[in-house]
Amino acid sequence: MMTPLAGTAKHDRHRKRARRLGRILFRSGSVSVALNILLFWAVVAVAAPLLSPYDPTTIDFTASLDPSPSAAHWLGTDATGRDLLSRIIWGARTTFLVVPLSVLSAFAVGGVAGMVSAWFGGWTDTIIGRAGDVMLAFPALIVYIILITSFGPSMWNIVLAVTLAYAPGVARLMRAQVLSIKSLEYVLAARAAGEGPLYIMFVEILPNVGTPLIVDLCLRTGYAVILVGTLGFLGLGLPPPTPDWGGMVVEGVNLLTLYPHISLFPAAAVTSVVIACNLLADGLRGLRR
Amino acid sequence: MKRILINRIVQFLVILLIASFLLFAVTEFSPGNVAAKILGPYALDSQVRMLTGRLHLDDPLLTRYLRWLATLTGLLPNQLGGDATGLGLTDPRGAQYFGNFGFSLMQGRPIVDVLADRFAHTVTLAVWAIGLTIPISLALGVLAGTTAGSWIDRTITVITVTLTSLPEFVVSVALIFVFSASLGWLPGTSPLAQGDRWSEASQLVLPVAVLVIASSAYVTRIVRSSVVDTLARPFVRTARLKGLSPLRVTFFHVLRNALIAPITVILLQINWILTGVVVVEAIFAYPGIGRLMLEAALFGDLYLIQALTLISLTVAIATQFLGDLAYVLLDPRIRVA
Repeated sequence: MMTPLAGTAKHDRHRKRARRLGRILFRSGSVSVALNILLFWAVVAVAAPLLSPYDPTTIDFTASLDPSPSAAHWLGTDATGRDLLSRIIWGARTTFLVVPLSVLSAFAVGGVAGMVSAWFGGWTDTIIGRAGDVMLAFPALIVYIILITSFGPSMWNIVLAVTLAYAPGVARLMRAQVLSIKSLEYVLAARAAGEGPLYIMFVEILPNVGTPLIVDLCLRTGYAVILVGTLGFLGLGLPPPTPDWGGMVVEGVNLLTLYPHISLFPAAAVTSVVIACNLLADGLRGLRR
Repeated sequence: MKRILINRIVQFLVILLIASFLLFAVTEFSPGNVAAKILGPYALDSQVRMLTGRLHLDDPLLTRYLRWLATLTGLLPNQLGGDATGLGLTDPRGAQYFGNFGFSLMQGRPIVDVLADRFAHTVTLAVWAIGLTIPISLALGVLAGTTAGSWIDRTITVITVTLTSLPEFVVSVALIFVFSASLGWLPGTSPLAQGDRWSEASQLVLPVAVLVIASSAYVTRIVRSSVVDTLARPFVRTARLKGLSPLRVTFFHVLRNALIAPITVILLQINWILTGVVVVEAIFAYPGIGRLMLEAALFGDLYLIQALTLISLTVAIATQFLGDLAYVLLDPRIRVA
């Protein structure tokens, strides 16, 4: 890296990497399908008030007599006569608000813990590692049930539960990544130049921890979508009038024989997001090679 | 070896202790809340204050935790039962015994009795689920791994990747839709009630199927990648060059080494099944402890939540411990060192 050709070699490597990224993002079928699905739902979530044909909580009594899909209600209505398409559109908002918040919070906490752990080593490392071992024993659903006993169900408790449950795994991954980078020349150079640990961690190391963490981010986003759907399905999620996909699935379970669409459409919506996250993770894994 | 074992057991106990403290600290975070939860929504302030005093809920958190732990292990009597509190909660075993979690506020019975009714059902469900997951995922994983790149491998991979993306509740709804609502072959609920027109075995099929589908897809993928990695190692080439038959190579040389990593994963899968059990039992109205946990959470049944979450945490930590141990026992490099 210290040779006179370093500049061009580095430049070359960057160009190769960028080309590979381009190939993965635009040529690889599965990744572009995944990105399109996620982009589609993100747009739907943001533009929910413009896109939804009805208010998601308005009850259409005539439609509730026959909730099947019709010209007025493209995806039909639920058992109480609320437009299913509008509820799915607004439900996207719930998912696309809670899930990114939770996952980013888990990555912020876990990322910082892992970085600090690897950078300082010694006692700091031991304490953070042991704390992580304890938290790894708590499945996210159990954490949430414990939290709501004292604090009641709310969006912030979902965020907190996901953060507590996922951060230890993120911290382990981040720690391993930072340990492998820590002794590279450019970090030593920054140390020699007298930069503080915070500057080195966030400016020098963070941008280089790379692909494994992004892959992990995609996977965990998928898990979080499942978790948020499951909480809604179990009736532990957000209060009833808020449309959320898991809650919509459970509303139709007893009507599966007569009107399966009430459950199956929101179930398909959840599944599409999870599949997109997993496809993206799978495709991005190729970046490492 | 002995040192590793003792080390791990101590570690297991310490983690369990810290986890139980966290569980206690969060659920009994505010003393007023505890008394209010016990007395229900229509309690007067004076009643709440009286109960707070009687149960010493104003003590520091650490004191209360130690008292809770002592009651749980049978060192101290439970103060909640008997006539003194006037709540009408009585325990035929007396106030002092090992495993005394207190009373279920929802059912007004000792928690031990409440659990006894449900525990066996969940164990049945979990044993079937794990018992089927292991052979299915081993068979599919080894098949895919040894035929890597072929159409068999690609088919298995596509199916397992899809199945790992499906939440348990979606799988359940799909299975109920097909096998119960459309075909009418199997019951859509499994209350295991007396005199149901469906046999108990038929009621178990769909709940077990959901758990098996959810976990075996993931384990299959782990087994596959482990088999592929092992096949590429030099000792496999040596075994082949010695002229051993492919089956012998697969079963005696590859599997022994390829299964070390998946065993840890399989044990951790028990944790997944734990969460899955709550979902599956809720959907199928199955009378196990998973549904009990959901009912307790919705009702705010403080002591029952403590009991059930502590049991699941113990199971979770114990499986991690066993996974660690299995790893040590199976890998001679770690075992000997």
